[in-house]
Amino acid sequence: MSVNMALLRQIAGRLTSMSLQELSASQSAPIIHGSRRFASAFKFVPDAASPSDGETTKMNLFQALNNAMDVALTSDSTAVIFGEDVAFGGVFRCTVGLADKHGKDRVFNTPLCEQGIVGFGIGMAAVGATAIAEIQFADYIYPAFDQIINEAAKFRYRSGNMFDVGGLTIRAPWGAVGHGALYHSQSPEAFFAHIPGVKVVIPRSPIQAKGLLLSCIRDPNPCIFFEPKVLYRAAVEQVPVKDYMIPLSKAEVLQEGSDVTLVGWGTQIHVLREVAQMAQEKLGVSCELIDLVTILPWDKDTIIKSVEKTGRLLVAHEAPITGGFASEIASSVQEECFLQLEAPIQRVCGWDSPFPHIFEPFYLPDKWRCLDAIKKMINY
Amino acid sequence: MASLIPKTCRFLRLYQQQMRIPAQVIASKQIRNLHYSAKRCQEFAIDDDTPQYPGSKSVFTEKLDFLKPDEYDGIPVYRVMSRDGEVIDPDQDPGLDKDMVVKMYKTMTTLNTMDKILYESQRQGRISFYMTNYGEEGTHVGSAAALNDKDIVFGQYREAGVILWRGFSLEKAMNQCYGNCNDLAKGRQMPVHYGSKEHHFMTISSPLATQMPHASGAAYALKRAGRDLCVMCYFGDGAASEGDAHAAFNFAATLDAPVIFFCRNNGYAISTPTAEQYRGDGIAIRGPAYGMNTIRVDGNDVFAVYNATKAARKIAVEESKPVLIEAMTYRIGHHSTSDDSSAYRSVDEVRYWDSEDHPIGRLRRYMMQKEWWDIDTEKAWMAETKKDVLQEFQAAEKLKKPSPNHMLTDVYEEMPVHLQRQMDEMKKHVEKHKEHYPLDQFEEMK
Repeated sequence: MSVNMALLRQIAGRLTSMSLQELSASQSAPIIHGSRRFASAFKFVPDAASPSDGETTKMNLFQALNNAMDVALTSDSTAVIFGEDVAFGGVFRCTVGLADKHGKDRVFNTPLCEQGIVGFGIGMAAVGATAIAEIQFADYIYPAFDQIINEAAKFRYRSGNMFDVGGLTIRAPWGAVGHGALYHSQSPEAFFAHIPGVKVVIPRSPIQAKGLLLSCIRDPNPCIFFEPKVLYRAAVEQVPVKDYMIPLSKAEVLQEGSDVTLVGWGTQIHVLREVAQMAQEKLGVSCELIDLVTILPWDKDTIIKSVEKTGRLLVAHEAPITGGFASEIASSVQEECFLQLEAPIQRVCGWDSPFPHIFEPFYLPDKWRCLDAIKKMINY
Repeated sequence: MASLIPKTCRFLRLYQQQMRIPAQVIASKQIRNLHYSAKRCQEFAIDDDTPQYPGSKSVFTEKLDFLKPDEYDGIPVYRVMSRDGEVIDPDQDPGLDKDMVVKMYKTMTTLNTMDKILYESQRQGRISFYMTNYGEEGTHVGSAAALNDKDIVFGQYREAGVILWRGFSLEKAMNQCYGNCNDLAKGRQMPVHYGSKEHHFMTISSPLATQMPHASGAAYALKRAGRDLCVMCYFGDGAASEGDAHAAFNFAATLDAPVIFFCRNNGYAISTPTAEQYRGDGIAIRGPAYGMNTIRVDGNDVFAVYNATKAARKIAVEESKPVLIEAMTYRIGHHSTSDDSSAYRSVDEVRYWDSEDHPIGRLRRYMMQKEWWDIDTEKAWMAETKKDVLQEFQAAEKLKKPSPNHMLTDVYEEMPVHLQRQMDEMKKHVEKHKEHYPLDQFEEMK
């Protein structure tokens, strides 16, 4: 799969010219696409680690991921990391220093072949090793689709639990980045949500990224971990230094509210956080904000419980609307909360087109589109 | 120390300048290990008029000349025995003792008997599907006998002789084909998709060639674990056209994985003859292109297959490198019970291979010359093995299918909430509409 190296460098390279101080200084500043601030911009609001989590240190998303992988390699001698260009640190710097620290046989480059990367990881996991495979962009995971669907997901079931590939984790940068166009912006989680046997996880922040990635790596099932690449450098938090895990298949209620339930994941959580604030200020509407976190198997109960209370649901994701994961959530909630629903469930998503380059500000489910959907529900 | 760096090595000098590293430091072992291109620079520095391109090691030429695929003879087919079962070059005789050779023969003929009975049982509608191994029994047994029984096998589907060689019982094979309550895989897969942890034989899956990159990965993990084992990966000439075959070969070579790729080139992929599958010299010619040790063998000569696999295993385990073996053979049976091969090939062609050049016939002639086998022994053995197969067949047929509960277990290690709910829903539904479901054929739902 060919990768646009110039674009890749543009996306990855800015980091090297930016010091950590600059990064931390910009932690709460809006992400600006180009020189103008578009409606599709969002604010990252850091979470505070619980005091019981012990010592913390300031990390952005890629550093938190790097730290998680360092912990995984340290605590498990069978664990290895591989993919395209991971040995020198990765095009997004997620594996910087790991080859030097843990050895070239544990953090190594593969040939440029996604089906080979996932197939190779399945083979390692099948004999009991821990395989952390990287696909350079989620947009390039499709050549490995057969290996993920027909092999990784079915390995345990088809062998009657004689063999499994629970040691496999596939990481991939995911989501819009401002200028990634068709093949550096995709959010393919809905394709994977239709595969019994895999887990699909998407973090929204550095604290979450570390704990969830460690859970994926140690989960006894094959996991796909999508990393919102626009947050790699933009999201900075105080991340616990210790080895910790965050449970999978548990949605997180980030803000309690009484009028509308807002559900999203990854970067969209930060959009929705602002939407909740705007809805309160402009419309006097109280929103309950939920980060779904795990796409499969998803936490239906938390969402249902919230909608039973609020009577209204908005699901927002960057991926195209038709066949997107919001459809699964909407139909499930409709089935379970039919009597409590006071308005049709709103899906605010990417349009049903390929992800465009110059039109990105008009494509994304930004805060204004989400706010409009809330108005519609309130006035229904 | 500084003298270790050739003056002509521009890359290293550039690196040194950029990183502001003193020459003596860059020459230290640590840095050279990190940047192995240093070694290459030294090689290139021998003659400035050699190509310096990092992508290959070669020389310049001023002659415009294409490398043509048809200007050389095909890679030769290594054999030990003639079609009459005579060892041609005594140096190549593996010198296997009578017990070993008889075990090889018995495994091949047991497989052949099992194939005949299960093929017929599918024709009678007693099992849903079957694939025979006719004509390829020698590739299975010859290769399996040369492996350590703990070497991990990844197969395609036409390698039942390998798992039988390792002691997988007829009973287990029949249970799998029937998908009964004693099937290790709980009746979930189609017949002939065998697998056994005990026999280090990974469960077969239908998608072709997907097992090939698995084999490379498993071999890499074994190497890291310091196990003196290798991985054996079987596939057909058709599967070799899949992208996963390319991935597997290249990954194994670049990552030094101790894996043997064993191609059964039987002339056909269902109806597609090899002339429509590839235009190069078979599969073997691809081995050197990936940087692999490669050999082509007579797949109907069990000793040639044995010798090649044994030597390949030594390379894989001792040098930690992949090896490619292409075993030339002929698919005597139909592709599967869903195929009638007379629609695309002549009966005479099939008859030739069945009567004139069959791995079982060749080994029998060898044994008879050695006076390890005779007509009477043959008759007694064939009767005995037929009896055994029929007995296991009937026993497997009588057993119930596993509980329908197992339709939803093992999807994940644990059963997630949504699957628990679907299980309850399924049970309630079936309970309510019992008369519409074949419950009497299944073990009870718990």
